[in-house]
Amino acid sequence: MDLRFTADEVAFRDEVRSFCREKIPAEIRRKVSEGRGLSKEDIVTSQRILNAKGWAVPHWPVEWGGRDWTTVQRYIYTEELFQAAVPLPQQFNCYMFGPVLATFGRQDQKARFLPRAANLDDWWCQGFSEPGAGSDLASLKTKAVRDGDHYVVDGQKTWTTLGQHADWIFCLVRTDFAAKKQRGISFLLIDMKTPGITVRPIITLEGRHEVNEVFFDAVRVPVENLVGEENRGWDYAKFLLANERTGIARIGLTKERITRIKRLAKEMPAGAGTMWDDRDFRARVAGVEVELKALEITQMRVAAKQGRADSVEPDPASSLLKIRGSQLQQAATELLLELAGPFALAAPLRGEGANDLPGGFDWVDAAAPSYFNNRKVSIYGGSNEIQHNVIAKGILGL
Amino acid sequence: MDFDLNEDQTLLRDSVERLCAGLYPSLEARQAHAKAPLGFPDANWQTFADLGIFGLPFPEEAGGFGGGPVETMLVMEAVGRHLVVEPLFPTLVLGATALRLGGSPEQLARLAPGLIEGALRLTLAHTERQSRYDLFDVATTARRDGDGFVLNGAKSIVPNADSAGLIVVSARVSGERRDRGGIGLFLVPADAPGVSLSPYPTQDGGRAAEVTFSDVALPADAALGDPEGGLPLLERVIEHGIAALAAEAVGSMETLHRLTVDYLKTRTQFGTAIGAFQALQHRAVDMLIELEQARSMALYAAMMVDSEDAAARAGALAAVKVRINTACRALGQEAVQLHGGIGMTMEYLGAHHFKRLAMIATQLGDTPHHLRTLTDAEDGLLAA
Repeated sequence: MDLRFTADEVAFRDEVRSFCREKIPAEIRRKVSEGRGLSKEDIVTSQRILNAKGWAVPHWPVEWGGRDWTTVQRYIYTEELFQAAVPLPQQFNCYMFGPVLATFGRQDQKARFLPRAANLDDWWCQGFSEPGAGSDLASLKTKAVRDGDHYVVDGQKTWTTLGQHADWIFCLVRTDFAAKKQRGISFLLIDMKTPGITVRPIITLEGRHEVNEVFFDAVRVPVENLVGEENRGWDYAKFLLANERTGIARIGLTKERITRIKRLAKEMPAGAGTMWDDRDFRARVAGVEVELKALEITQMRVAAKQGRADSVEPDPASSLLKIRGSQLQQAATELLLELAGPFALAAPLRGEGANDLPGGFDWVDAAAPSYFNNRKVSIYGGSNEIQHNVIAKGILGL
Repeated sequence: MDFDLNEDQTLLRDSVERLCAGLYPSLEARQAHAKAPLGFPDANWQTFADLGIFGLPFPEEAGGFGGGPVETMLVMEAVGRHLVVEPLFPTLVLGATALRLGGSPEQLARLAPGLIEGALRLTLAHTERQSRYDLFDVATTARRDGDGFVLNGAKSIVPNADSAGLIVVSARVSGERRDRGGIGLFLVPADAPGVSLSPYPTQDGGRAAEVTFSDVALPADAALGDPEGGLPLLERVIEHGIAALAAEAVGSMETLHRLTVDYLKTRTQFGTAIGAFQALQHRAVDMLIELEQARSMALYAAMMVDSEDAAARAGALAAVKVRINTACRALGQEAVQLHGGIGMTMEYLGAHHFKRLAMIATQLGDTPHHLRTLTDAEDGLLAA
């Protein structure tokens, strides 16, 4: 038993670390670190730099651009990206669509879509949730009816993250209305330029346009865009949700946030000194760090176990990582809000006609929006309550 | 990075588990052991010795097996799982660590063989009525007298002092009560003239004692290492103690969580097993999260406790104890609550795990104490 990295692993970590810091533009990394929104161009730029290095989709099969890395290497890679505030490769392309197509798609589909997805030539978004199908995803109603060599799709998807940038959407649609609800679902690829598709923005509480509603009105989709077998889509969706479990806790992201909070605390006046002289504040930071250290080791334990099993079934332990990881991401944004203190209230205009910065601090106006926005992390990807159900059933047998 | 046990470690884990499960088939058996005059049957001690448990911490040249923190962790997990009352912790962890890290080759040669074969038990006396968890707060004095020392003072809640042959005592040779310098660790025979014990049972089924020292004459070779620079040694002993308590807590929490989940599956109310209720399922899951986070910290402790970097080590063990304490409280309380009335009874095994876990959270530093250590470090002791 040895929890330390081997010399090879340390060398790999250093390679990823210096690449991230030297090759990914500092301006993009600054936006990530400050929790400000990224443009489509920022995300594309960053991903193409990674892809040119062969690092955009390391967990894909080697023939489609993946790397034959150990689970420890994958873990190191993801953590280093987070800690350097590099945007993760576009998650729908790289962690969801790609692995599903590589596993269940036809050869011609793989050749057509995978290289473009890896390079972010096509931007993919996810059509899963519907207004009436959230935690109970399998009750989805968007339907696809066969008409010759096309499906005709009618219905509505929602919470479609960054759908405004998307060229394609991978959708769960109902193709068999008689079957038990999980049995009648298919996995369909739809070109967002197809007539009958309308994208409407949803502005989230912090004021950003991150998610959308997508409406389908008699949208004709070629049958060749079906992935795998008709009515097997639920299996592919489960596979998708089980993917890239090692990064789910986002330890590195929270570490990066804590490091930044410590730095900012030393510059934030308070009492006779700074916020870093405030013992209560430091104790709260320390409390989060302790929990983070425990979760980091829990994550390594899960990764080490998965390295052996390599099952396509979701490991219920990843639900534990999701629950505690999301709580810690939120705890870090709370600490930042607390650090901004009275200045958190201000929402000054930026850019043209910019207002004076509150107290002259250039970061405080992003603290509250980041806190607001991060409430999502315990809701998306299966809410923390659903994750509790998964563990109760899958691990405890309740 | 590798979480696997090697072949010897697997063998050790399995044989210790077998031994403890055999000695502790039921709560009744455990309570019977605890009723022995010294708090455990001597025969049980010999059974542990025959397995070679007490040779684990010592190098092979001292007659031991050269085990490390992982081996200690495996033993202490079993101690926790079965609520073992034999004082393995004070001898195997506190005493043996002091001897191994602070003893001269002569001291090791003199004492290790008896300890390994089960004839000698040790304990550590460091807490005083005013010291709380501050290891450097030492009012007990060891006045130099010729080549030797004369010991005066009092120590509190010394674990299993009434069954120990030798007590490792922290005492001040020079300086003021809260100075970091001037402190030594001394090997004091429990039956030396001037040593008096007032032993009592503890809340968790163990034993401890108030120990007073009145003009106890000690030879020069009673000191472990530098008699005026012993604080770092004491700190290391306590760090090993924290790592061991973490493992014991994990073992105990593992059993208590299993008991709780079993109970949820078998107890019926409203015509169904209460484990069918989501409110209870989710709480059982939160208990599991506490257990797994604690297990990770016990592993972290085993990894860090022999680190050469003293500051990193101190920070790591403080973090470990903070997290373990939280888990002990949270998981223990939830276990009692989910059991309902039966969890409140002396006849229920789970209640005894609850009590032991609550007491672990008070041993070798509570949460505020260790959180202060972390808070007072310049940049936070954990590398973020």
